[in-house]
Amino acid sequence: MVGIKSYGAYIPRYRMDHGTIFMSVGFLGTFPPPGENAVANHDEDALSMAVAAGIDCLGGMKRAIVDGLYLATTSQPYMVRQNSTLVATALDLQSNMRTADFIGSTKSGTSALLSALDTVKGEMSSNILVCASDCRLSKPGSPQESLYGDGAASLLVGSGDVIATFEGSYSVSYDFPDRWRASGEKFEHAWEDRFIRDSGYNQFVTEVISGLLKKYKLNIKDFAKIVYPGLYAREHGAIAKRLGADPGQLQDTLLSTVGDTGSASPLMMLVAALEDAKPGDKILIASFGNGSDALFFQVTEKIGNITGRRAVKKHLSSKKELTSYEKYLAFRNLAPMDLGMRGEISIRTPMSALFRERKVILSLCGSKCKKCGTPQYPYQRVCVNPDCGAIDQMEDYRFSDKKGVVFTYTGDNLAASIDPPSIYGLVDFDGGGRFWFDFADCDLDSVKVDMPVEMTFRRRYVDESSGVHGYSWKAAPIRA
Amino acid sequence: MAEGIKNKVAIIGMGCTKFGELWDKSAEDLMVDAYKECIEDAGIEKKDINAAWFGVHFEEQSVGKGATSLALALKLPFIPVTRVENFCATATEAFRGACYGVASGAYDIALALGVEKLKDTGYGGLPGGPGLMGTKNAMIMPKLTAPGAFAMMATRYFAVYGLKPEEGKRMLAKVSVKSHYNGARNPKAHLRREVTEEQIINAPIIAWPLGLFDCCGVSDGSAAAIVTRADMAKKFRPDPIHVKALQVALSSGEELMYTKWDGAHVETTYRAGKLAYKEAGVKNPREEISMAEVHDCFSITEAVTMEDLQFSPRGKVKEDIEAGRFNHDGPQPIQPDGGLKCFGHPIGASGLRMIYEMYKQLQGKVQLPERQIKNPKLGLTHNLGGFPPMNIVSIAIIGL
Repeated sequence: MVGIKSYGAYIPRYRMDHGTIFMSVGFLGTFPPPGENAVANHDEDALSMAVAAGIDCLGGMKRAIVDGLYLATTSQPYMVRQNSTLVATALDLQSNMRTADFIGSTKSGTSALLSALDTVKGEMSSNILVCASDCRLSKPGSPQESLYGDGAASLLVGSGDVIATFEGSYSVSYDFPDRWRASGEKFEHAWEDRFIRDSGYNQFVTEVISGLLKKYKLNIKDFAKIVYPGLYAREHGAIAKRLGADPGQLQDTLLSTVGDTGSASPLMMLVAALEDAKPGDKILIASFGNGSDALFFQVTEKIGNITGRRAVKKHLSSKKELTSYEKYLAFRNLAPMDLGMRGEISIRTPMSALFRERKVILSLCGSKCKKCGTPQYPYQRVCVNPDCGAIDQMEDYRFSDKKGVVFTYTGDNLAASIDPPSIYGLVDFDGGGRFWFDFADCDLDSVKVDMPVEMTFRRRYVDESSGVHGYSWKAAPIRA
Repeated sequence: MAEGIKNKVAIIGMGCTKFGELWDKSAEDLMVDAYKECIEDAGIEKKDINAAWFGVHFEEQSVGKGATSLALALKLPFIPVTRVENFCATATEAFRGACYGVASGAYDIALALGVEKLKDTGYGGLPGGPGLMGTKNAMIMPKLTAPGAFAMMATRYFAVYGLKPEEGKRMLAKVSVKSHYNGARNPKAHLRREVTEEQIINAPIIAWPLGLFDCCGVSDGSAAAIVTRADMAKKFRPDPIHVKALQVALSSGEELMYTKWDGAHVETTYRAGKLAYKEAGVKNPREEISMAEVHDCFSITEAVTMEDLQFSPRGKVKEDIEAGRFNHDGPQPIQPDGGLKCFGHPIGASGLRMIYEMYKQLQGKVQLPERQIKNPKLGLTHNLGGFPPMNIVSIAIIGL
């Protein structure tokens, strides 16, 4: 029995009201529908959000069971250097695994999910983590800007103890040129909205769902939840009506609370559906983008075993409004900001050192002394406990999944930052270990000594001269 | 059992430039200025110098690697010159090298010179960030600055001793008021204005909770010393100053990576201080150390240093600060020259600048009589390089 074993999601903390966008660049267009978008912080991107969703999905599970990672995105930072492998490394997954990037279409989320299900079905892997994440850059003032939101979903696909069995799929593929972005381009292009809506969205979603129903001799009323992205609110309902579904069967599109998250959109909606699902529920999910994939799942008794996920619900309610559109532009590097000459000092990433130290830098692993039990970050060969000092008696120890408390902190106005003050401090980890980290997603006023924190994988810098996107872990107040 | 350095070495000459934003002076100019005053004070000639130790930290900002810049600037005649670098302890390391050089008997006379030209960076504050700590740290450490790193110690001190931010900031303000008072009276200082507690408390925040006046200046400068064996010293002058202790301590990693350190003190200062007192035969530092120039890169650093050096009991420095203990007219003057606060901190020069002040005070020869401390017996200098959880501390004690 192949299916979904766990789920997780990630929605960045910042939300920007459509009105904020309109007040800033509205002279270029028309007022967007009311709502807000989830906006990635300046140190987040598709990879960091994929890692966050993956952490949520793997909560309480042994990471060693994962032997595959498929990443779906249309906003991958690297064209060469596999993004999925970087995500797998950040999640401290084993190297004996298959990884693949599914890119180029907002359909890639379901493509990755289908491939993972096939791989497990073919007994080529046991447990594949599927991460779908998008953090798409839109041209200021474009309709996409108020439509697109940032977010990620993650599903663990495997066999055995599944929370939802995979029952079947149906796909259609069209070279539908609704949106495109050529290699080397920064922004997407889009054809006329009415064309996308009438020749694409309406057609493909209807076709793929009808095809699935016919193929498996199902009735649309069989489904507890029907999940497909809502590019256009009115058409989203109209498709369901045409298919004979009740509005109550439709899963909320997150369009007015998160925005259209591209590759992640149908998977985030599926995660939200699973959060409310009962054993026996049938769930239908379809994507949109150069065609559509439709899949259907049946929820099992095991659904109750998945607890403690932030998933969509908790992330939705944990938010802070970004009221400055100018700040958003700065976060996206869409307006050149003066960081002073101090900010012009670029850090060259020594790639050989990065690879050698990948466990420390990307996986946030340190060591634990086998003699005295002291956890220490980064990895040490000589035990830091002054009463021990054992040499080469260490085992790997992962800190990324440990919580901690703020030992001390500051808000630094001198450090070059796109969002000053730079907040950082020392963290004492639960179970032992101390180190200093940049802090993410917090305001100076709310940081206190002894405040609980968790670790979050973030983009540390983009060195445009060398094309390097550097990542590291930061501490953040515990989300939700 | 090691004997230590006490009374084996004497300082017979010193020089110190004016510190400041010396746009018209190169590092080499500063070296020559400090050297000139130094050999005139010692009454020796270049040919008398057997070896030199040269301290500079940010060599990439000015003189480049190695020690050739010193040899070339002073035209030292093919003698050994050793360049040392140990963060803010750099100048004291140069001094220590020269002292050990003559104490060993290898040389009769040695020069120690430290210099730093910081004002060619194009921005305020020190250059740096995590890159200073090596390639791996550059990828995992917070992107911190010096004020931020020390601000974290203030945050911690306030938390450990239950000070509200406004109480803590007022305590720290008094530290800077005192240093500005002293610096205003010193012609060689960079910042020469008195400031009030209110000005300090209301100044812009650099790194919470530290404001502008909690931070030392950034400046250019150079200082130098000529040392010889104690038994030869009286040949050069009637009032040589003797080295009583030289200690250096480095973090072992337990502050940053182990969870015992309280974050409200600097362990290396405490450890180096203990060893220095033992070496110098000091039993009660609060009573026996007449005066000190400590590493007041930030007001909080000076405050905790008073406790680490056992001038004040743990957690009680606030009372001593409020009582004016460390003021120029107090029982244990600290930063009589204005400190890093008013001199600024040309890294490679600061340690020797501090020794210069102690040397002149001990000889009773500070430029202005109003600056002279009455009958000092022992002067202590202290440098703290790096960041509170990961640092190098050097301590020197000198006396008559």
